[in-house]
Amino acid sequence: MAEDRRVLTGEHFLNGDHACAEGAMAAGCKFFGGYPITPSSEIAERMSERLPEVGGIYLQMEDELASMNAILGAAWGGWKSMTCTSGPGFSLMMENLGLGVVLETPCVLVNIQRGGPSTGLPTLVGQADMMQARWGSHGDYEIIALAPNSPQEMFDLTYKAFDLSERYRVPTLVMSDECVGHMSEKVVIPPAGKMPEVQRKYTTKKPGEYLPFDHPAGGVAPMVKAGDGYNIHVTGLTHDERGYPVINAEAQDVMVRHLIDKINKNRDDIIDVEEIDVEGADVIIVSYGISSRTCYRALDMAKEEGLKVGMFRLVTVWPFPEEQVRELAKRVKAFVVVELNFGQIYYEVERCACGNAATYLVPHAGGDIHDPADILAALKEAAK
Amino acid sequence: MTTPGEVTTAEPMAPEQHPMSRFLREDRMPHIWCSSCGLGTTLTCFIMAVVESGIDPKDMAVISGIGCTGRVAGYLNFDSFHTTHGRAIPFATGLALANPDLRVVVYSGDGDLVAIGGNHFIHAARRNMDILCVCVNNFTYGMTGGQAGPTTPITAKATTAPYGSYEYPFNIPYLAVASGANYVARWTALHMRRLKNSFREAINKKGFRVIEIISPCPTAFARKNRLGTGLDVLKYYHANSIIQHGADPKDADIEMGGKIIVGKFLDVDRPCYRDYVTESISRQLGGK
Repeated sequence: MAEDRRVLTGEHFLNGDHACAEGAMAAGCKFFGGYPITPSSEIAERMSERLPEVGGIYLQMEDELASMNAILGAAWGGWKSMTCTSGPGFSLMMENLGLGVVLETPCVLVNIQRGGPSTGLPTLVGQADMMQARWGSHGDYEIIALAPNSPQEMFDLTYKAFDLSERYRVPTLVMSDECVGHMSEKVVIPPAGKMPEVQRKYTTKKPGEYLPFDHPAGGVAPMVKAGDGYNIHVTGLTHDERGYPVINAEAQDVMVRHLIDKINKNRDDIIDVEEIDVEGADVIIVSYGISSRTCYRALDMAKEEGLKVGMFRLVTVWPFPEEQVRELAKRVKAFVVVELNFGQIYYEVERCACGNAATYLVPHAGGDIHDPADILAALKEAAK
Repeated sequence: MTTPGEVTTAEPMAPEQHPMSRFLREDRMPHIWCSSCGLGTTLTCFIMAVVESGIDPKDMAVISGIGCTGRVAGYLNFDSFHTTHGRAIPFATGLALANPDLRVVVYSGDGDLVAIGGNHFIHAARRNMDILCVCVNNFTYGMTGGQAGPTTPITAKATTAPYGSYEYPFNIPYLAVASGANYVARWTALHMRRLKNSFREAINKKGFRVIEIISPCPTAFARKNRLGTGLDVLKYYHANSIIQHGADPKDADIEMGGKIIVGKFLDVDRPCYRDYVTESISRQLGGK
């Protein structure tokens, strides 16, 4: 019975938040620990109704610090787990996002971005947490972040986030926004047979031989769960392959390199982008999430005016597709970056362009989406 | 008996294994705790209780936060998790829900559990989550050098309270009872047999269980307040502890130089969080 309820097969008219919840269900999520916050609460509400149908648990935590920790605990108990948040809640989760990174714990964190800083615009859109997603917890690490631009992608990329988090043993972020979270569109969900539950890889080694934090050739060790008899030790301190704390520069170098390498050496596998008319373009738009939807319109307008423009949409934001942008920069005149902030991904594009192409930003403080006319004006300027 | 110079023909005795070695990560010894700190004693009591209760260590998980007591998870040879400061309880909550067969123990200090983690403490108690919560209270932040905290008695000195603390401290048993725990006891590190029995009793119960252990910190708290050595502090416990089972926890405040009320304050069997989940879901969704 539970298996029947896991995948909501069929064509549905869903908002992005609900589609996200269904993507998590299809992936086999069994635990949601969260704290209500606009505009992400619909995910929590949907999970509170859906999880009991498959024997899972929704638990409303006392705050976002607890939420992030609870999903890490649930992961080590053997369940796939997730949380969602927005605005200040994302800031509160940063402490233990870092714990999840260091404990190499698979789990999914969804951010339905709203306008900030601070309480900011609780009900209105923003995209200004993108650098926080990359650097928000203290210390050096790499992270995976995906940026859906439709309810369909909220489903697809949440499912994918679970898969990536398991394969790389890293908390994986779904960096959505209020518009995508609240817009309703058709979402097509395949039959359960085509949406297998995301599998966790468990060790086949015996206790005593198993190293929970081993790093075989840029990969990750399979996991165990508490109660399997391995008497594992897991610590947020810098640790060796056994998980034992080792407080010195050598151990720090080995551990942090591993956390970075396991993502960076697998960039080709992780990174996904959408390219539209990139071949032969003079100017390329770089965008993601709701802003990329506005850019589709601006592209049409620019083509009507005879401009040779294309678009490079980030489906994966982190790790950033630096090689692709670097190559494109050698072939085009300019990039126009469109995002609801005053320059976050813009600086990544500028960095990777290495001076080979000019980089323009169409800034926006959030609270609304771009006017396609503003994007068109930037494209014209860039094409000069 | 041999006398110096005498040749003995007896086989040298095989080094005896420590009776608790299978419960400890001996490859992590020596531990970091100071001489005459009470933490080792509390751990001895805990292990003795696990042995007596016959629980297979593989069915237990221990979660700690940060601090001197936070190191417990690193020394116990169970599945053990050393989390961030204050967050042991929510981590344990997720773990306990994902694997209901585990006996989940949070073992941490007063600063970790009722200062930075205070919100998690009261909410886990309110939910009556299936967690045994051991709080070793030494009235100070020992690992960071003896700063004042939420349990530092009023007027007691600390490195950040050179003129004495101006704040009323938390009364942990009162907090736990008021928040909804199923079992609440307090002992000192001197009360080994009673502490062990309390551990054994609490391990076998459900819901949120709190055992507070008053423990000497010879290096920070005792030195700053001129209380003498760890042994002197234990003598103080001996002279000033009053065993009073069933005492009203609101009368169990701790003051500098005052009496310490110890014993079992509460032992009830209110249904725990999972009982409600199981009952409600099976009633409404037909046991899906």
